[in-house]
Amino acid sequence: MISRFYDVIIQTVCRLLIPFIQVFGLYVIAHGHSSPGGGFQGGVILGASFILLCLSHDLQELRKRMPLKMILLFCSLGVMIYAGLGFLCLLLGGDYLDYGKLHLLFPVNEIQSRSIGIFGIEVGVGITVMAVMVSIFLNLAAPEAEN
Amino acid sequence: MKAIALIVVCLAGGLLVYGTVDMPDWGDPTSPASLHVSPRYIEKTVDETAVPNMVTSVLADYRGYDTLGETTVIFTAGIACLLLLRGMKK
Repeated sequence: MISRFYDVIIQTVCRLLIPFIQVFGLYVIAHGHSSPGGGFQGGVILGASFILLCLSHDLQELRKRMPLKMILLFCSLGVMIYAGLGFLCLLLGGDYLDYGKLHLLFPVNEIQSRSIGIFGIEVGVGITVMAVMVSIFLNLAAPEAEN
Repeated sequence: MKAIALIVVCLAGGLLVYGTVDMPDWGDPTSPASLHVSPRYIEKTVDETAVPNMVTSVLADYRGYDTLGETTVIFTAGIACLLLLRGMKK
């Protein structure tokens, strides 16, 4: 019904823009080490790109690319990556979330393995934030629709 | 009744503003907050974590447990929204 009002210009521009927004979101997550940014900010940018897809096309388009089951999976996956990394450090003989022990798994020294651990949890945070943003938007946009 | 409430609010606000007079200056290096753990973060971040961005290292490494809680809060908020809003359609 609403899709009648969608415009070809808006759709084309958004179709062109969304990949760049997503790459920028990934950049903000991955480059959080050395520039402002990190999991929370990058996750919000990624989530916004999916919301833009939904606004410029329609709900079905977003559902097709990101079913609700997948969103819920991503919600939990991010927290699981974070907590799992903590337990991994525990298993390797360190404290909970003590990334220094990750050097047993990666060919780096103890200090650089902290950097790897930080990157790992940023990815987890990013996935969770992205999925939660999309999930909240979907539920607010269409609570009555089948989702 | 409204006048009393207004007076109480003004009084409380005035007390809060009065409280800020004793606060250290913005960015004062000798304030208690800058003397406790901040110097260690500023001096040791690169040596200890190989991360040039101090904020990220504090957020994800020194205060990693706190950030785990934050992520869980966001996760819980998402699930709560889902349950509340999907529950409404019944």
